[in-house]
Amino acid sequence: MPYRTDLIYRYDGSYQGFLCCVFECFRAKELPAGIRSWEEDQQSLFGLKEIATRQDLAERVERSIPRKISPQALRLVREGFLTCLPDREMALLRFLLLGYKVGGKVTKLTTHPVVHVLEKGVLTLRNEAHHTLEFLRFSDTGEFLAARVAPRNRVLPLVAPHFCDRLPSENFVIYDGTHGMGFLHRADTPGEFFQADQVELPPPSEAERRWRELWKAFYRTIEVEGRENHALRWNLCPKRYWPLMTELEDSL
Amino acid sequence: MDLMEKLEILTDAAKYDVACTSSGVDRAGQKGVLGNAVKAGICHSFAADGRCISLLKVLMSNDCAFDCAYCVNRRTADCRRATFTPEELCRLTMEFYRRNYIEGLFLSSAVVGSPDATCERMLAVLKRLREECRFGGYVHVKAIPGASRELIWQLGLYADRMSVNIELPSQQSLKLLAPQKSKEKILSPMGLIRDGIAENSKALSTYRHAPRFVPAGQSTQMIVGATPESDRQILRLTEGLYQKYGLKRVFFSAYMPVVGDRNLPALGTPPPLLREHRLYQADWLLRFYGFSAREILDEEAPNFDPLLDPKCNWAVRHMELFPVEVNRAPYEMLLRVPGIGVKSAKRIRAARRYAQLDLDALKKLGVVLKRARFFLTCQGKSLSPLPTDDPQVVAGVLREGSAFHRTQLEGDAGPLLKGPEQLSLFAPTKEDRLQCLTGQI
Repeated sequence: MPYRTDLIYRYDGSYQGFLCCVFECFRAKELPAGIRSWEEDQQSLFGLKEIATRQDLAERVERSIPRKISPQALRLVREGFLTCLPDREMALLRFLLLGYKVGGKVTKLTTHPVVHVLEKGVLTLRNEAHHTLEFLRFSDTGEFLAARVAPRNRVLPLVAPHFCDRLPSENFVIYDGTHGMGFLHRADTPGEFFQADQVELPPPSEAERRWRELWKAFYRTIEVEGRENHALRWNLCPKRYWPLMTELEDSL
Repeated sequence: MDLMEKLEILTDAAKYDVACTSSGVDRAGQKGVLGNAVKAGICHSFAADGRCISLLKVLMSNDCAFDCAYCVNRRTADCRRATFTPEELCRLTMEFYRRNYIEGLFLSSAVVGSPDATCERMLAVLKRLREECRFGGYVHVKAIPGASRELIWQLGLYADRMSVNIELPSQQSLKLLAPQKSKEKILSPMGLIRDGIAENSKALSTYRHAPRFVPAGQSTQMIVGATPESDRQILRLTEGLYQKYGLKRVFFSAYMPVVGDRNLPALGTPPPLLREHRLYQADWLLRFYGFSAREILDEEAPNFDPLLDPKCNWAVRHMELFPVEVNRAPYEMLLRVPGIGVKSAKRIRAARRYAQLDLDALKKLGVVLKRARFFLTCQGKSLSPLPTDDPQVVAGVLREGSAFHRTQLEGDAGPLLKGPEQLSLFAPTKEDRLQCLTGQI
């Protein structure tokens, strides 16, 4: 594959679009210097190549990953696309190139620089997803439960199945303000993702405020005064989650 | 009395109980049921003391018939008394759970009237919660010592985890401080639960739909620092409980003097937090690292070194086994290297199948070398910046001396923490000081 370092791919920012970039990279036998989505309109001295998203090509590339590499690699790529790694598309592309070359053992080469970067990114994603499970707070708006989150990575696809399993017969919505995406679940249905730049939630009702007060009272009372340890709390519950947590929003 | 006040009183009464885990059982959600359970457990918040809040930890009632000296709720104590009705408790649990505040309910209670009567009331709460409210989340319930066999079995069918608190680590201490309790009274429900779980696992293998009894196992807790037992005694007891009673967890609670009694440490004594921390470290060594209590503490040194964690302490006493080679050492030995935990050991084991590991690779795997470097070689090269032939030198480097450790030490250990004194040729001698006083300089 000849290295052309003077070319930048531009795609629509979707996962399918990224897979089409991978396809193009093989079709044209070239390695781009970068892959950018249309949304980031950065000026560049390099030439640009627009990559159109085609469903059939995307599916073809995605099918090839479990066949030629391994199902674990596919999972890593899918989750890798949700991370906030700088230059995540290039990191994924390098991982895939290595994977096609060495096969299934690529996910085991954890000390290889290409794999290491991706794995670290995915680890942060998973950790953040777990923190979101812990610290997300719903409020009852009457018709449905609503929660707002502000994660760095796109954790929603990892978080949503947990809540679908947990609250199968509830209506709920989770909105990720950072990435402008949300998840809506109606009682006893699978639920769906949506895109929205803004979501307006009604102000809390009297009953909702009462439950919040009860929870805050519980939170205040459960502390053992003689063991106060703020550093430990910051460690386990980082301050960036506090503004959206019912019991901690006042302590900021 | 309104719900807010009750919640405050009964939370305040329950907060000294340390067990607040929601782990041990995986249960998928079901249509029409609120909640599921996740095996690893989920913490939902952290209180200002840094302890996790996973369950709604409350007493059903603090109106106790017993008179245990160490307890805030004892009969003779002067405090506000309250009792939740089953409706109130269920409502609280359901509403908190829906909002993702908690992972489930931790139900404990003071002895109201008699142990059996208390158990019946707790049973009423759980029955209502599971059957009427259709709650599928985690439930931890305390078995009340002295309750009948049948009631404990019933409670276990509704709960995920049960616990019986040992509280004091020896018979004499119990006699002194909790005259209504005894070793037999505590151990018999524990044995009952153990046998129930064994029986149930047999039933489950025959009938898939057999009711599940305490699927997340049982735990216990003991108070550290209220009575004169040594760390070794406590650790041996802990090991015995894991082996004989198949416990999932043993919790330790640093004694916080909340009541004045002539048999107890004086009010205002700081809780022995460092000792509690060391016990937990040793507990982890027992459960995940393949250590036995005898290896960790022996008769010559029955208490933990306040400045050296138990794993370092063991390693320093067994320098003949080190250093080990990262690329070849068996997994069990990697686990025994200070600074390498279960995660790191597993990562090393997986990575070294495909590549020779060097220092850089170890760092990439996330292995923390602060302590481990004194005990490892990488492709034959030692990672230690110091000669490791003298265990005292290694121990000296590994000592912890943070502000926290300083605050936890009693007077006699103080000098250990002071750095080596700068040697000076002109340091003032005794005569100099005298001359200073008499004015002849």
